[in-house]
Amino acid sequence: MSLTSDDVKRAAKLARLGLTEAETTETLTQLNSILGLVDQMQQIDTNGVAPLAHPLELKQTLRADAVTENNQRDKFQAIAPQAEAGLYLVPRVVE
Amino acid sequence: MYEAVIGLEVHVQLSTESKIFSGSSTHFGAEPNTQASLIDLGMPGVLPVPNAKAFEMAVKFGLAIDAEIGQESIFDRKNYFYPDLPKGYQISQFEKPIVGPGRVTISLDDGTTKTINVTRAHLEEDAGKSVHDAFDGMTGVDLNRAGTPLLEIVSEPELRSAKEAVAYLKVIHSIIRYLDISDGNMAEGSMRCDCNVSIRPKGSDTLGTRTEIKNVNSFRFVEKAINTEINRQIEILEDGGRVVQETRLYDPDKDETRSMRSKEEANDYRYFPDPDLLPVVLDDSFISACRDALPELPAARKARYISEYGITDYDAGVLVADRDVADYFAEVANTSGEGKLAANWVMGSVLAELNQTGDSITDFAVTAKQLSELIARIKDNTLNSKTAKTVFEALLANEGEVDVIIESKGLVQVTDTGAIEAIVDEVIAENPDQVANYRAAPEDKQGKMLGFFVGQVMKKSQGKANPQAVNQILSTKLSG
Amino acid sequence: MSHITDLSFSELKKALDERSLSSIEITSAFLDRIDALNPTLNAFITITHDEAMQAAKDADALISKGSGTPYTGLPIAHKDLFCTDGTLTTCGSKILSNFVAPYDAQVVSQCKNAGLVSLGKLNMDEFAMGSSNENSYYGPVKNPWDTARVPGGSSGGSAAAVAANLTPLATATDTGGSIRQPAAFTGTSGLKPTYGRVSRFGMIAYASSLDQGGLIAHTAEDIAHGLGLIAGHDSRDSTSADQPVPDYTQTLNDSLKGKVIGIPKQFFDDRLDSAMRQAMNEVLDVLKSLGATTTEVSLEHVAESIPAYYVIAPAEASSNLSRFDGVRFGYRADSPSDLMDLYERSRGDGFGSEVKRRILIGTYALSEGYYDAYYKKAQQIRRLIRDDFNRALGTCDLLFGPTTPSTAFVLGEKTADPVAMYLEDIYTVATNMAGLPGGSFQAPLINGLPTGYQLTGRAFGENVILNAAHQVQTVTDWHTLRPEGV
Repeated sequence: MSLTSDDVKRAAKLARLGLTEAETTETLTQLNSILGLVDQMQQIDTNGVAPLAHPLELKQTLRADAVTENNQRDKFQAIAPQAEAGLYLVPRVVE
Repeated sequence: MYEAVIGLEVHVQLSTESKIFSGSSTHFGAEPNTQASLIDLGMPGVLPVPNAKAFEMAVKFGLAIDAEIGQESIFDRKNYFYPDLPKGYQISQFEKPIVGPGRVTISLDDGTTKTINVTRAHLEEDAGKSVHDAFDGMTGVDLNRAGTPLLEIVSEPELRSAKEAVAYLKVIHSIIRYLDISDGNMAEGSMRCDCNVSIRPKGSDTLGTRTEIKNVNSFRFVEKAINTEINRQIEILEDGGRVVQETRLYDPDKDETRSMRSKEEANDYRYFPDPDLLPVVLDDSFISACRDALPELPAARKARYISEYGITDYDAGVLVADRDVADYFAEVANTSGEGKLAANWVMGSVLAELNQTGDSITDFAVTAKQLSELIARIKDNTLNSKTAKTVFEALLANEGEVDVIIESKGLVQVTDTGAIEAIVDEVIAENPDQVANYRAAPEDKQGKMLGFFVGQVMKKSQGKANPQAVNQILSTKLSG
Repeated sequence: MSHITDLSFSELKKALDERSLSSIEITSAFLDRIDALNPTLNAFITITHDEAMQAAKDADALISKGSGTPYTGLPIAHKDLFCTDGTLTTCGSKILSNFVAPYDAQVVSQCKNAGLVSLGKLNMDEFAMGSSNENSYYGPVKNPWDTARVPGGSSGGSAAAVAANLTPLATATDTGGSIRQPAAFTGTSGLKPTYGRVSRFGMIAYASSLDQGGLIAHTAEDIAHGLGLIAGHDSRDSTSADQPVPDYTQTLNDSLKGKVIGIPKQFFDDRLDSAMRQAMNEVLDVLKSLGATTTEVSLEHVAESIPAYYVIAPAEASSNLSRFDGVRFGYRADSPSDLMDLYERSRGDGFGSEVKRRILIGTYALSEGYYDAYYKKAQQIRRLIRDDFNRALGTCDLLFGPTTPSTAFVLGEKTADPVAMYLEDIYTVATNMAGLPGGSFQAPLINGLPTGYQLTGRAFGENVILNAAHQVQTVTDWHTLRPEGV
């Protein structure tokens, strides 16, 4: 399977990655060569093989419903790019 | 003629103490971001650990709607960017939800019932909240709500009118309240509803293009939004147009839905199993413990009330819809021993008052105990319906206990025949013309004319005279 | 006695136990050497002089009172993707170039609790994506054996720092070979434990189902000491295994008699470089002389591990790295015009090109219509690989092979061709797919450059790997060789 530059732009938009035209072109070539590698998978017959998400196939443990966290807003917001009145600020979102 | 095809996606915030994947409090109304931990903020390196209580609540809901419980459920990531979604993905359940197909029964206006199939219900995390108006050119993000457990309940598109949709939503609301897994408060957003609406020519079995109305936040708006959207779609088709599949928002002020263009850009959520979490496998003992802890559900309680209190099917339906109302009624009925009278008072006076004020019955001024005392005083003839009403008003105004009010307002019913006879004599003496007319009238007309004299006597007794005694004495004296 | 910084972690432990050295002496010796050599090697991103000296002082006080742990006062350095409370944690990225972590990773807490003194934070490929350490925002790390060469990656800083005696022990992580390959390139010992053996809490994720924290040091014995400190169940990591942690030092001297070493034929086919084959055969001869026997095994699908890895890892990464959005922490682009601009420029400028490539591959592989052909297919192949390993390890105790196809390559040699770089990991990736423990240990030099052999064990069989490697190290001196000139 081969990518087009529109595919790259679409993926970049979904991933919120700003790419210049030059980067898009360079990325296209590289992604196609990576996909060439990836497509070697298709030689393997995987009919009836269940996908494996975790190697050890363990089961999830659940935690008890208890409040264990306390307020650390000041510490966390000290490293925020922009915060005011306890809120994280971003450019106005129009709904 | 068109037919509407409606399916609802109901998001219910589960009333756990802590969040679904972190130990932060879920308490409503805290200062912004004071209940947002490392995990809720999506800090680099942090990992989610699921809350057992959220599973317990989801399983109870599943059992309550007779659904298949997912013995193995898997969390997936739904990927999209938004400032109130800290990790850039929402942890949800896509292919293997905790609750599989189930069903609920709704009552229709014509007295019949209809089964609505529930496709699934899955656990996921809520997003934070955006504050749009507090900063110049900026949006503020509060992540206190991020990570609050949600149960998303998806119905099959089997609802055929806005009324049916509301009936379904009320049944869901009733069940989650009975299970006590959510406060179900739509105004505060603990229960939110997305409505998928399409129309098709009646008799057709293909589906029309649907639109999704997001985040409708009251029963009334659900009804209005759906009706408005149905009409909008009919108009489009009648004009030869085509309905566009899109997300819309209901504006209650203008009673219209409008397109949410900001959400229109092609989304591709790229679901895949969350590699930070393992499959959740619930053993039989977990599920049977949930089953054992199930309370009596609305349908069962309705049947019990009909047989136990001798009330009508309709009355029982109204009374059990809200668990707190049902409990209130049961206490009144049990304490007073008067099921029918209790039903009349709860439905007539209590619910009317609550509808008007919008208060919850748990904060209601008249306690179940007070209402049972009031009913006891009606039963022992201390009060008649008119004075009972006065006492109820006084209870509402917090003027004290029933007997104190009766005493202080002098509302004890006069059953003493001597006293009543005296008033009757007075009335007869003051109204010679009416008395003459009465006596001249044929017997079958007299019954009707008696009302005038009864009214006069009751007025003079300030409503306290026993109406039966008044009737009897009057007819004897007038015919004499 | 040789210079302090020449000593291994185990030797330093002995010196502290005997009170022949103090933690302050040890710590200042290493800090001095870091100051002298880091400008050349670029192994450290952050050197925590003051905190280290304070910790050493506290450690000496504890030791004099006799209330320390067996490890109090020993030095360590952390790969810069372990969050350290109050210290810059960059993950080798511009997007975290201002990120002072607000908490400690579980591994960091465990080391602190054991009394270890942290010297600083180690350079790495950005977000652990790379096999040469050339993808760091902070510049490449140089191989101490030849500074024109790469140290391997992504834990290049960890490996170079140990190899150059800048620290006797370093934490590292391994998603597709990121501990073992740099260990092989720098003449150090490195262990990637079983998936779930070491908590991932506070370890900035690349590919969650493959990432595993581990260690690089001079010897298997050093690693046995360190692993005991960082292994164990953590209730904050759902994928952490609730398995008892043995004393890994207790089994180091077990005999190898009766142990069966599996030789995967795919690792020794005619593509293997002849010098590398010879180096491997020398190691095998040592193992046999120690009483082990060998048997040929087959890992049918090992060739497909790289293609499948380059779907699974980028897919998970594309999602894991979404949180770096310039909203709550980290780099934000200047004066964004709107939200989209904030996202696209913060992420576009904040991530380097290899990270962007992998995010794009992962985004594409997960997108609608491609999921089954890529992600699901890769997960199916993952099962086949895992089953191959389990089958092979049913007939032997350990799998043996080279860690890398060749010795360290020259800086810039493979940067233009991502696929050539990816193929560097051909011997290591499958172990991550199977979730098994794997170690790389020093083999004979080839043309004056280090090589490594790899041992892969059964799940939670780290002790078996360390035992075999330690036995080899007791009768060989490959692990004692140090780069000259630095």
